[in-house]
Amino acid sequence: MKRFRGFIKKEFFHIYRDKRSLFILFGMPIVQIMLFGFAITNEINNVNIAILDHSKDATTQEIITKIEASNYFSIQESIPNEAAIENSFKKGIIKAVLIFENDFSKKLGKDNNATVQIIADATDPNTANTISNYINAILKNYQHELNKAVKIPYQIIPKTRMVFNPELKGVFMFVPGVMTIILMLVSAMMTSISITREKELGTMEVLLVSPLKPILVIVGKVVPYIFLSIINATIIILLSIFVFKMPLQGSLFLLALESVLFIITSLSLGILISTIANSQQTAMMISLMALMLPTILLSGFIFPITSMPTILQVISNVIPAKWFIIILKGIMLKGVGISFVWKETIILIGMTLFFIALSVKKYKIRLE
Amino acid sequence: MKIIGYIVQKEFKQIFRNKEMLPIIFIMPIIQLIILSNAATFEILNIKFSYVDNDKTSFSRSLIDTFDASTYFNVQNEYPSNKIASAAMLKGEVDVILEIPQHFERSLIKEQQTDLAVIINAINGAAAGVENGYINQIIKNFNTNARAKFMNQNASIERPKTIEASPSFWFNKTLNYKTFMIPGILVLLVTMITLFLSGMNIVREKEIGTLEQINVTPIKKHQFIVGKLLPFWILGLALLSIGLVIAKLLFNIPIIGNLGLMYFYTSIYILVVLGIGLFISNFTETQQQAMFISWFFTVIFILMSGLFTPIESMPRWAQYINEFNPIRYFVEVMRMVMLKGSSLADITSHIVKTIIFAIVMNVLAVISYKKVT
Repeated sequence: MKRFRGFIKKEFFHIYRDKRSLFILFGMPIVQIMLFGFAITNEINNVNIAILDHSKDATTQEIITKIEASNYFSIQESIPNEAAIENSFKKGIIKAVLIFENDFSKKLGKDNNATVQIIADATDPNTANTISNYINAILKNYQHELNKAVKIPYQIIPKTRMVFNPELKGVFMFVPGVMTIILMLVSAMMTSISITREKELGTMEVLLVSPLKPILVIVGKVVPYIFLSIINATIIILLSIFVFKMPLQGSLFLLALESVLFIITSLSLGILISTIANSQQTAMMISLMALMLPTILLSGFIFPITSMPTILQVISNVIPAKWFIIILKGIMLKGVGISFVWKETIILIGMTLFFIALSVKKYKIRLE
Repeated sequence: MKIIGYIVQKEFKQIFRNKEMLPIIFIMPIIQLIILSNAATFEILNIKFSYVDNDKTSFSRSLIDTFDASTYFNVQNEYPSNKIASAAMLKGEVDVILEIPQHFERSLIKEQQTDLAVIINAINGAAAGVENGYINQIIKNFNTNARAKFMNQNASIERPKTIEASPSFWFNKTLNYKTFMIPGILVLLVTMITLFLSGMNIVREKEIGTLEQINVTPIKKHQFIVGKLLPFWILGLALLSIGLVIAKLLFNIPIIGNLGLMYFYTSIYILVVLGIGLFISNFTETQQQAMFISWFFTVIFILMSGLFTPIESMPRWAQYINEFNPIRYFVEVMRMVMLKGSSLADITSHIVKTIIFAIVMNVLAVISYKKVT
């Protein structure tokens, strides 16, 4: 036991002395949470658009004022004619053009109907679609004002309630995701690297011939990272609650337990990688390329899983991050207890056992 | 020149001999491009939809049928009560609940108007907004049909003034998400592979101790640096080529612009990345550090690059930072040239800025590189 403690102490020294890595280790979660909380959003704000007004009358002027008054758009340049639109798009300055047809007011008065054409640069389909929806909403509002006097019979009025996140804040979606990714990468990457590092530098041999049992060598390697990850998780949760006002509806104790479980899952994944990889480079590339992108994209962190092709929905089930994100959202936002997330918890435990079993099988106590 | 050739040869041998790394360098990016491009979509489909029907008339059922007919919604269950439905939402079994009130049809006819409760799981705020849009549209259409049915044939209502919006989507008529994501993911893969490999390469020699051996040879500083970076420059361009072939053949992504322009820009861009990689490796002692620092900056640069979310929507300060984000320029150029066919004149400012980055980064890297320890 004393030997084991000495070994853990050595690991802590390794980590503590490497100030640069330490800085990144703790700087990363803070920077990422800040970025996601403040900078990264799916919504649109101040999108540059242009207007081509063929009728230039009171109505079109009124509509343009309304569009300007919304914070979504900023009207950039006036475009002389239709032919110039393509060039403007190619320069990439504006994202959409609104075209008012000739005699807009007159048609609206006479035929009760006038058309606004929206041309959007759909190289970014999401933004294009959102722009079109927002402009449509502004037009509908204006139309509503025009028709105040008209009474519409037989109206069904939807009363929508947005639960768990009434203000539709993006942070609620991103905080669980960022937390998962950071824990995953810190734990899996750091352990896999620190074990392969010993292999590559030749010190693994020294450790293996030491009186410490091989399994304890591995456990000793892992323990410091459990501590680091727990500190990270705490920082993230504190930031999300105090800076971004994210609620913690459920039990803090359960949240802590589940976080530790996920940290152990990631660490065991890290150990597994280290049994496969022989150099730090390989270990890092596997952790980064094979873990980072799939974790970001397939875990439901940014992109909704239900919209993916069926095959990918099936694949997403083997990504541990997916289950942890469900658990996090459940506890923090919905305030559910273990009775609602036991299935996810068991899946994570199962994955952990599987990784550990596989690592034990693959673990070589002799170096070739 | 000859010496550089030897170093390049050595590097390539090391790359191709490493049987562990080869698949990671060449196969993994391709698999990722293929798989992940399918995953990256903001489209909201297959929404988990359930309902509580307190009216139970053919009228209320026809409302459910319209939801069923829509491709966006997966109508799953009918719940007997609001309470049970809410519990299902807590479990994550359902994302949208429609609650039809008692006497739905009757009050619509009698009182000319009726409410309809919609409950949306809004944890993903953006998705909830979109779902709400779909739901309102469906209800509106249903309402229009119902009105036509109930209305007395002879009674005419005053026609309201309508302003129609007719959207058209250029360069990507079907709003295909892959068209948008693939150029971006390609950028990501080229950047990550070249940055990580170059960043770790020299540190690795430092850590293993072979850098000292090279330092005592007559190889000049510039020869060493050029020889070290050239292989990764070639590798980056090779990756781009493979990626473009896949984009074209497998995903049928239009490549409207000039290929030469794309390669020209990429070749400058990779110089920036390699400069950063070299710079990082000069300031780190171990591969672990090098990796961590590269990872730190790539994640920030990627997330801010406009690859996933629009830059215009970011706050001012983030947009200023983005002026110095090389990945952002690469993403923009790839999308502009590939999808819109932008010309050299359209991307001149991107090219100039990238050249400046390349010069600054490489000068910094060369200055900070020391042959003596």
